[in-house]
Amino acid sequence: MAEAQNIPAGSTTAGAIAVAAESTVATRMSAPPSFDVADFPVPNGREEEWRFTPLARLKGLHDGTAVADGTMKAQIDAPEGVTIESVERGDERIGKAGTPVDRVSAQAFSSFAKATVVTVPKETVLAEPIRVALHGEGGTTFGHTVFDIKPFAEAIIVIDHTGDGVRAANVDILVGDGAKVTFVSVQDWDDTAVHTSQHNALVGRDASFKSVVVTFGGDLVRLHPRIAYAGPGGEAEMLGLYFTDAGQHQEHRLLVTHDAPHCKSNVVYKGALQGQDAHAVWIGDVLIEKSAEGTDTYEMNRNLVLTDGARVDSVPNLEIETGEIVGAGHASATGRFDDEQLFYLQARGIPADEARRLVVRGFFAELVQQIGVDDIEERLLARIETELAASV
Amino acid sequence: MATLEIHDLHVSVEAENGAREILKGVDLTVKQGETHAIMGPNGSGKSTLAYSLAGHPKYTITGGTVTLDGEDVLEMSVDERARAGVFLAMQYPVEVPGVSVSNFLRTSATAIRGEAPKLRTWVKEVKSAMEQLQMDPAFAERNVNEGFSGGEKKRHEILQLELLKPKIAILDETDSGLDVDALRIVSEGVNRVRETGEVGTLLITHYTRILRYIKPDFVHVFANGRIAESGGAELADVLEAEGYDKYVKGGATA
Repeated sequence: MAEAQNIPAGSTTAGAIAVAAESTVATRMSAPPSFDVADFPVPNGREEEWRFTPLARLKGLHDGTAVADGTMKAQIDAPEGVTIESVERGDERIGKAGTPVDRVSAQAFSSFAKATVVTVPKETVLAEPIRVALHGEGGTTFGHTVFDIKPFAEAIIVIDHTGDGVRAANVDILVGDGAKVTFVSVQDWDDTAVHTSQHNALVGRDASFKSVVVTFGGDLVRLHPRIAYAGPGGEAEMLGLYFTDAGQHQEHRLLVTHDAPHCKSNVVYKGALQGQDAHAVWIGDVLIEKSAEGTDTYEMNRNLVLTDGARVDSVPNLEIETGEIVGAGHASATGRFDDEQLFYLQARGIPADEARRLVVRGFFAELVQQIGVDDIEERLLARIETELAASV
Repeated sequence: MATLEIHDLHVSVEAENGAREILKGVDLTVKQGETHAIMGPNGSGKSTLAYSLAGHPKYTITGGTVTLDGEDVLEMSVDERARAGVFLAMQYPVEVPGVSVSNFLRTSATAIRGEAPKLRTWVKEVKSAMEQLQMDPAFAERNVNEGFSGGEKKRHEILQLELLKPKIAILDETDSGLDVDALRIVSEGVNRVRETGEVGTLLITHYTRILRYIKPDFVHVFANGRIAESGGAELADVLEAEGYDKYVKGGATA
């Protein structure tokens, strides 16, 4: 898709590359990161980090009125060798990968009863994924999960969210030195669910980490997938796919902090939107600190608007504090499947619904292939078909 | 024998100050095996005729009939017209991000032919058609028209013409923006299709240059929304020498 072409009315595609002495990524937040919800003022919607989010639909997660009154059915299936513990909040592994950056994440941290810690021992290569199924059965729940992947272990983790409810949770992923981890979070909620979550990945020396975020459902979904590096030589890939329907608000706020030398990051998020008041927000922040010489990073966001009435806000930001890097870039483009494309395909005999399917499938195909988890790829393709069928 | 009959066709577009009539009673019959050149100044309505026949939603038919072998073309959707055998090679082919040329061609051929072409013969068919148009095989993996040069877009249109084998081919200023080499390659493609004798061709052009490569049976001068004069190939020579001045004077749009 050509840059900045076919930008529909109602979308903003803005970007910035800053070379700054002081990070605006950090300073534009209304409060510094903290585990204590009281350290964050109640947002009013004008703050930089809240300006896209419809606060009224957060069901009180942002202002302290939400109480843990709900039920979340949780099931964890893990292959042999994996240990699963339920631990108290004092456990030293909790919060090691990152600190809540907004009031909602801090609320989740302050409110969870017990945390779950899933450990893959050193040098253990899992043959099967670790599967966490979370099915909301109404009401508000808070959670905290830590995946502790020890050095040189290899694991695929899939968290699958379905059902209804209000969910605020934090997920920590500790990727040990030389470990290889794929972390998949699927938001396949009912259309009434509200979900906020911060995913903190701390990538060890020479480790590789792939984050896959797939968002289809929910009334409001707001996620913070974040990467930081614990040592040099780490590689991170962040793939995201969303399909935003009428009335849905799906917001993905990414941050990659390059704080160690010779690390790589690659971000690709793609979204399709259809229907009145479908709203997708993508914030892609990459911060290359002074210490991060030899960094190689690229981030990309693509949006495909299928109908009138949908809105995309896409904001990539790149901050570079050292010139000694391999590469850094970003791109954002929002295109629309317009009448001219439809006409062209129809003029070649292809019926309208098939033309739309062809374009959307083509748009997502390459990204889906990169996920590398077969059943997730199949489910995704099937889900895209369902979404498309609903649109015609 | 396939025949496209256009009778008293009136077409208008929505403009800022209401509907504006562009075609003001076009009469034309194109039979399989014939080549008709439609020539005329800018703004005379040539392209409107092309897009109206293909069914572009921007144009409203306000009167007249178009039939293909007696079937009412105006009643058909855009894709139905294509499947009935009407092909429009566009002046400005549209970019379709995310859809590869090979996927597009196969989907289109499947729709037009009513069944998926056999994979083995299809690959060969596409490959040889691309070779004849001197298109790099790497084209097949690129997205439809995305980043194509003007000449590449036109070759890609003619590639589709060759693969889809329509009954009526409408070529809308296929020659515009082409250098001499590209014009020759594209014209040869059109001629290969014409030589089958199975296609009626409507060649819309502003210039006489392409007529050196594609010999028309009939030449029509289009001015002010209708055919102002018709003749044989020799009429093109007159236009070459005298231009459109005598048709433009007296009320045609600029």
